[in-house]
Amino acid sequence: MAKQYETVIGLEVHVELATKTKIFCSCSTEFGGAPNTHTCPVCTGMPGSLPVLNKQVVEYAMAIGLATNCDITQVCKFDRKNYFYPDNPQNYQISQLYLPIARNGYVEIEVGDLKKKVRIHEMHMEEDAGKLVHDEWDDTSLVDYNRSGVPLVEIVSEPDMRSADEVIAYLEKLRTIIQYLGASDCKLQEGSMRADVNLSVREVGTEKFGIRTEMKNLNSFKAIARAIEGERERQIELLEEGKEVIQETRRWDDNKESSYAMRSKEDAQDYRYFPEPDLVPIVISDEWIAKIKAQQPELRTEKLERYKKEFDIPQYDAEIITNSKHMADIFEATTAICKKPKKVSNWLMVETLRLLKDHDMEPEDIKFSPENLAKLIGLTEAGTVNSSVAKEVFEKIFAEDIDPEKYVEEHGLKTVNDEGALIEVLEKVIADHPQAVADYKGGKEKALGALVGQTMKAMKGKANPGMVNQKLKEMLKEC
Amino acid sequence: MDITSLTAVELGKKIKAKEISVVDAVKASIVQIEKMEKDVHSFVTIDKEGALKRAEEVQKLIDHGTLTGPLAGVPVAIKDNMCTKDMLTTCSSKILGNFKPTFTAEAVLNLERAGAVIIGKTNMDEFAMGSTTETSYYGETKNPWNLNHVPGGSSGGSCAAVAAEECPYALGSDTGGSIRQPSSFCGVVGIKPTYGTVSRYGLIAYGSSLDQIGPIAKDVADCATILEAIASHDPKDSTSIAREKYDFTSALVEDVEGMKIGIPKDYFGDGLDKEVKEKILEAVKVLEEKGAIVEEFDLSLVQYAIPAYYVIASAEASSNLSRFDGVKYGYRTQEYEGLHNMYKKTRSEGFGAEVKRRIMLGSFVLSSGYYDAYYLKALRTKALIKQAFDNAFAKYDVIIAPASPTTAPELGKSLSDPLKMYLGDIYTISVNLAGLPGISIPVGTDSKGLPVGMQIIGNCFEENKIIRVAYTFEQTRTYERPELVKEGR
Repeated sequence: MAKQYETVIGLEVHVELATKTKIFCSCSTEFGGAPNTHTCPVCTGMPGSLPVLNKQVVEYAMAIGLATNCDITQVCKFDRKNYFYPDNPQNYQISQLYLPIARNGYVEIEVGDLKKKVRIHEMHMEEDAGKLVHDEWDDTSLVDYNRSGVPLVEIVSEPDMRSADEVIAYLEKLRTIIQYLGASDCKLQEGSMRADVNLSVREVGTEKFGIRTEMKNLNSFKAIARAIEGERERQIELLEEGKEVIQETRRWDDNKESSYAMRSKEDAQDYRYFPEPDLVPIVISDEWIAKIKAQQPELRTEKLERYKKEFDIPQYDAEIITNSKHMADIFEATTAICKKPKKVSNWLMVETLRLLKDHDMEPEDIKFSPENLAKLIGLTEAGTVNSSVAKEVFEKIFAEDIDPEKYVEEHGLKTVNDEGALIEVLEKVIADHPQAVADYKGGKEKALGALVGQTMKAMKGKANPGMVNQKLKEMLKEC
Repeated sequence: MDITSLTAVELGKKIKAKEISVVDAVKASIVQIEKMEKDVHSFVTIDKEGALKRAEEVQKLIDHGTLTGPLAGVPVAIKDNMCTKDMLTTCSSKILGNFKPTFTAEAVLNLERAGAVIIGKTNMDEFAMGSTTETSYYGETKNPWNLNHVPGGSSGGSCAAVAAEECPYALGSDTGGSIRQPSSFCGVVGIKPTYGTVSRYGLIAYGSSLDQIGPIAKDVADCATILEAIASHDPKDSTSIAREKYDFTSALVEDVEGMKIGIPKDYFGDGLDKEVKEKILEAVKVLEEKGAIVEEFDLSLVQYAIPAYYVIASAEASSNLSRFDGVKYGYRTQEYEGLHNMYKKTRSEGFGAEVKRRIMLGSFVLSSGYYDAYYLKALRTKALIKQAFDNAFAKYDVIIAPASPTTAPELGKSLSDPLKMYLGDIYTISVNLAGLPGISIPVGTDSKGLPVGMQIIGNCFEENKIIRVAYTFEQTRTYERPELVKEGR
């Protein structure tokens, strides 16, 4: 019988924190900007410059640590990680090795019926590097230090995951927690959340871990799942051939769906870590921890329960809406305006999810404003537009965040409630479709639908369907 | 009147009294620099035009009553490891040969706010690594007392410039004795303040946890006045400390009655030149006659200070100097193939031998597998040394020691034996390891006619005690000038 293998996975997750300024200087962290415009002597490593720690970074890190059940290191320090590369202006990165801000935490994940804890080994704060831009025309490389000094936390898990599903569940859980804390937007595509996958395989039943590889360049959940599958297969194949897995760092190429080795353990750099002498130790008092705890916003589990109770929303809907902090925010803001939680939920659950899927977007990418969705709900409730028109208008709101009241007005989409006009049209429809009328009268209820359809068509969809039905029946009785 | 013979405070008074204009003060320095530089070579950069232009501006501010401080209009020389906006800042290294900073160091800014006129940047050991100013890429500085001898280092240029009266005062930096030792070799006064007293922002780092900027001048009153001007709590430097008081001139009091002076026996044993020892003990005697209580005590731990210092300073330096890589500023090798080769050639060509030695030493002690045995052990030693000083200061107000085991050595005699050169730092480096303030003041000359310096060490934040003791001693003698300066008149 063929050997059975188990995959063992641990993750290193980098998260860019949502501070307005960088970790050691007051430069903006805003994305984009012409190269080297968000820079100063500190984040370009000019001689004589010195770092000063941004307190907000520590508070975000503490909040994440507390929300992931970590112990906060009450005297924590920064260390220098020394390596030469042009994206790193000082040729050392200020990071944490010896006393990271948080340790020994966990998050709970659910995959199908399986509930488990994924332990967090540690979380540390560090600075991001700049970006190299290769000009192939000129055969030169240029450096943009706009990202240099953007604050990051790195969350290192224990090797507790056994499948791609568990990895995705863990990442989604982390992402939800961090988004709820407002500590980061956690967008994989834009790189504000990055995951490196440490993976090894072992025969089922063995206790010893196999030799692991580290996989980099994974910028979507799909890529992560594919990379895990690919690497698992590659390692099993090696073992089956009687070869050994080499401890190395590999880069995943999602287009080719394969990985290649970047560097082996033998070329692993000695980072010569030592305590950063330009920064003093951070002393975190019990009071400070208590303050951060007290400021902790409502997290997802609590929000989910509240939605069910306060808004009477089914578990399934509440789960989907609260899965994204952004969607939950839209839900609450819209509900606050229109006071129709179930209607809001319906728009989010049906039309919004459909459009997100069609456009391959994440809930975080929703751009429309709660005001406009609330107005649309107002229009449907008042019967100003019918449901098919409302769907059409919503697509416009979703894409361009238009004002539905104005839009309906300008495009003449209001439902026609004018009985005189309707009767005129109905008379014509009845006259033009004698067969359908006869069928209906002969007991074929279905024929009514065809007549309603013809009426709606004639009125360019703006008729009030309830009124059409009722009036049509009345008139058919009479003729 | 001979402007250059004045102290900074004296010159400042005369400028304020309109007896001397700022332009004349600057011109006097320039004339003296022109006379002295061919022999002494204290400067890497001399900014005549800039200084004269600035002199006119400062004069206006003084005339308007905007600038009233004691240093307004007084020229100053700055060690070349402190950033000066748009002015070459080389650290006496080839690798920064073309480097003009975009900002000015906080300590220098503080001086500018006080109305100082920067006349130039002084020579030093490359990146402050050395005890002789011979490791400068731009040629050695010579001791104005004897041109065949070194001025000491690493702030040799600043001390020689003050001794040669090329400027009334200068700023130096002290990582392991780099202000106090050359001050003693050049017969001038220099203070290394308590770590955290003067901002390091804009000081190009050598050993970040040890570096401290301080004043160098002809007398104690000048040094106290300058320290008052440069010291500040700077939010840009996380290691800068908000002190309760920044008043150092109030300590200029001639009175040591009842003060307790500790003499560490270990500092006066083997290896200390006989004449240096005699001169310092004579000075101690003078203080005793003035009412100080002098007592010998044991400070044996200091023998571990040298290895601890060279491990910590080199480790920090190896990382601090990694930014000099040819990518962003400074020297880049002419021809190279690929990034790695560019790094290697740039740094091989850009750094001198002593800097390379310390980068290698520092990289080695931080390497995985060696970290605990060297770096961590050195940090523990540092903590023990601090504790030993804490114990001593529980008993004594100040500690008196030599600044160096000998007077200034001859040129060319030190670099061939670096270990011996490192041992010359024995009396100064523990002060940096413990973060303490120390002052070096001249106490006379040896039989070769070279100055002897006495070091007075205080507890953290007790600059005022060492200033008081130094000032009291200073009142018993007159300032001595090198023959070179006297002949030049």
